[in-house]
Amino acid sequence: MRWLRYIAIGILAAVFLASLFAGTLAPAPYAKQFRDEPEAAPSRQHWLGTDDLGRDRFSRVLYGTRISLLLAPAAALLAAALAGLLGGVAGYLGGWTERALMAAADLVLSLPWLFLLLAVRALLPLNVEPLQSVTITFLILGCLGWAAGARVVCAGAGALRNSDFALQARALGCSESRLLLRHLAPNLRPLLLAQFWISVPVFILAEANLGILGLGVSEPLPSWGSLLRELEGLTAISGKPWMFVPLLLLIASVTAFQVLLVDQEMPS
Amino acid sequence: MRPIAVLLAKHAARILAITLTGGFLALALTRLAPGVDERELDARLSDESRAAIRQSHEAERNIFHFYWAWLRGFAHGDLGVSEALNRPVTELLSERLPVTGRLLGWGLLIGWALGLGLAVPLAFLRGRVFDLGASALAALFLCLPAAVLGLLFVLLRAPAALALGLLVFPKIFRYARTLLQQSATLPHVLTARAKGLGNVRVLLWHYLPPAAGQWLALLAVSIPLALSAAVPIEVVCDLPGIGQLAWKAALARDLYLLVCLTGIVTLTTVLAKSASDVLGESLRPTA
Repeated sequence: MRWLRYIAIGILAAVFLASLFAGTLAPAPYAKQFRDEPEAAPSRQHWLGTDDLGRDRFSRVLYGTRISLLLAPAAALLAAALAGLLGGVAGYLGGWTERALMAAADLVLSLPWLFLLLAVRALLPLNVEPLQSVTITFLILGCLGWAAGARVVCAGAGALRNSDFALQARALGCSESRLLLRHLAPNLRPLLLAQFWISVPVFILAEANLGILGLGVSEPLPSWGSLLRELEGLTAISGKPWMFVPLLLLIASVTAFQVLLVDQEMPS
Repeated sequence: MRPIAVLLAKHAARILAITLTGGFLALALTRLAPGVDERELDARLSDESRAAIRQSHEAERNIFHFYWAWLRGFAHGDLGVSEALNRPVTELLSERLPVTGRLLGWGLLIGWALGLGLAVPLAFLRGRVFDLGASALAALFLCLPAAVLGLLFVLLRAPAALALGLLVFPKIFRYARTLLQQSATLPHVLTARAKGLGNVRVLLWHYLPPAAGQWLALLAVSIPLALSAAVPIEVVCDLPGIGQLAWKAALARDLYLLVCLTGIVTLTTVLAKSASDVLGESLRPTA
């Protein structure tokens, strides 16, 4: 279904561009307070109204989208790099190295994802600067999301280690480091790329959950998670529909990622 | 035949190794975690009180001694005292485990019923519209953060277990559909169909038994999935379960309580996975 793929790409491009040009499109800085207008309804000045501190919600959505959409791929990149390194080494060396690294992966995979995130986030200081909270969230997601990818890469590297071309390269006197970097790594690239794309929507949702639980990006920096936290103050779904815009953006973006993933899996 | 006793011993050793290693690493991390005891930040405390608080942590400085004491306590059913709530951990667990147990039980039941309820008809009907509709429904719930779904259910005054079920359902649906699609192409299934066997008989006699191991694995996977989703659901729906307790422990940096909870949850998931592996192995047809 090519048309679905184009719609997904269009949605992601629009959301990404809007967040990229947040500085130009946003009518006000994300932290600026309009003290006379707390919890204002949508108007010409504030397209999505203001929050309880009088900050323009549309600006916060744009800046929040930028943070969430940059944070998740960055964390996914880190997770894929770790998975490539640890899984590649485990698969290539085999033996005790493989067993030890895969046991570590098993240990991480045994823990329910959100429990693990909560536990590790609590180990680090909670009252930190907003930018530090972004870094911590990104590092936690990236450092804990490697295990599933490492297993896949380990299996791939193990199969490549004994493949015909690797044996031939060894027989021709190719050094182990050259074999690993020039011959095996390029063959592992599709696996790592798939792991990266699988991780992005997972990390977007994880950041949103952490944000709603108050353990994600801290105020005044906005992110989809912290913006969704506002929904806690609602008493009815029909009360303030404009407050659901961050949720709709999140659903649209994650759905677009899922569509692209499914499209990659299915042969045309 | 592969001796089940060997398999059981292997899994028991694996569970023990994961629990002991995980417990040690978690306790070591709590000792190495940056920051001071937040009680020390209370301006009303005197220097002597602050020194007493610091002194209380001295005994925990040697990680090996601390871990050994913890293991001995664990063996006697004593999990220590929560610093934030100032109550024994075993007491907190006995209050909250039934709440989470009920939520998980109903959530898994709803998730599996919905997942299978859509995947099984798809395997036989193969209608494109039905397929698209079911897939879109699964995709929608796959794209919703658990906490948001919980919040929406609070606003709708709907039961929290239904929210959990809807979060588990997409994964069950996707895997179940793939498993059923794979089973449909097996030669013995094609023969059974060619001989005119009914859908229910084909499903129960020819689809499910050969893939019993995979179904059990899916059941085991759905438990950590539901446990993970239970944390935000319990928080936003104000359910006093262990997910909410873990969140409170995280916010109060009650690392000791958090380690106990994480250990229990890990043990549950590892036990579920091992049970599914052993059962799957015992159900596997022998040559």
